[in-house]
Amino acid sequence: MSTQKYTLPPLPYAYDALEPVISSQIMTLHHQKHHQTYITNLNAALEAQSTALSTQNISALISLQQKIKFNGGGHINHSLFWENLAPYNSPSTNIESSAPDLKRAIEAQFGSVEGFIKAFNATLLGIQGSGWGWLVKSNTPEGKLEIVTTKDQDPVSGLVPIFGVDMWEHAYYLQYLNNKAGYVEGIWRVVNWGVAEERFRNGIEGAVKL
Amino acid sequence: MASLIRTSLRTGLRASSSSAAPLTFTRGKATLPDLAYDYGALEPAVSGKIMELHHKNHHQTYVNSYNTAIEQLQEAQASNNIAAQIALKPLINFHGGGHINHTLFWENLAPKNAGGGEPPSGALSKAINDSFGSLEKFQGQMNTALAGIQGSGWAWLVQDKQTGSIAIKTYANQDPVVGQFKPLLGIDAWEHAYYLQYQNRKAEYFKAIWEVINWKAVEKRFA
Repeated sequence: MSTQKYTLPPLPYAYDALEPVISSQIMTLHHQKHHQTYITNLNAALEAQSTALSTQNISALISLQQKIKFNGGGHINHSLFWENLAPYNSPSTNIESSAPDLKRAIEAQFGSVEGFIKAFNATLLGIQGSGWGWLVKSNTPEGKLEIVTTKDQDPVSGLVPIFGVDMWEHAYYLQYLNNKAGYVEGIWRVVNWGVAEERFRNGIEGAVKL
Repeated sequence: MASLIRTSLRTGLRASSSSAAPLTFTRGKATLPDLAYDYGALEPAVSGKIMELHHKNHHQTYVNSYNTAIEQLQEAQASNNIAAQIALKPLINFHGGGHINHTLFWENLAPKNAGGGEPPSGALSKAINDSFGSLEKFQGQMNTALAGIQGSGWAWLVQDKQTGSIAIKTYANQDPVVGQFKPLLGIDAWEHAYYLQYQNRKAEYFKAIWEVINWKAVEKRFA
């Protein structure tokens, strides 16, 4: 039985397009090496799962679950992340013009965009170990916004991820070293508010397909 | 009576901290311990730049944040605020764990010209052979454990305090080896421990680190 093979999605911009906020070297390694490794390991785990399924090996199936979660999560998270970043100084990085609906919702819930960013940054800096910070929307009709974190490569589940920020050290270390606050402050200059608005309005299917 | 208890408590604390890890304290505050070697002394296995940042910045931040959390804990204790004391637990675990783990790590590393990489001897060597077959097999299993860590964390050779047997265990983030197990040898698998030199090639770091393992320090921890 053969399973679907996932492949590395191309970046929607050049490796150096996020400079000076994120260096070309970081983006190249992060995309070509780290993201690719999650995909390679996800495909291997799914292949092993397919074999285990055909041989009805339940203990093998169970032991593969964490591998699928970690590597599948890594693939999902990075795919979402690349899309919710935009080239430095590009129009999509302007929240006013690119995300009017989302901006109104943020202001309604967090008081102001500045207040929201402050709360988001504090959450990012509070992550102990590897993980991600997300702005999410609940699936309820009210569509409440919330700042959440997921550990390691756990994906957001049951909520719509509007945008995510990778807080693994590999996401910033070559440029910011231990100054993760510098990375966290800088990332706001390359958030793709256009994609965030699209996910906020239409959910994730409209913005990202793996 | 009260002062007696306080004295014996203090003695107990000192004794246990010196046997587990000689952490240094000044007026009750945790402080950054000096390295027993120069930052560049572990090259080429670990670069001087990594060692400097790792010690002066990362470890120092754990020390500072631990001290802050303990101050807040003392305030919460003084005001009998139980909820605040419980809420501080993750911070104390993380930053206190970071302090303990790094202190043990620096000690179980040594430059090659100071015995780094020289294989263990005596009782520890025998225990490793009995438990894993050989030193090489142990290193292979430890490297597999390190490579399998999903996220940030550490791999440790630990000793079961009850049975005396040794085993490999991984711990997430800065969770310290406490309770049933005693830490013998720790290897830091956080990306900050290797990224500037090895980037995503972490297997190369795990392979190289054995060149600078201070087995004499590990033997002292093994009882």
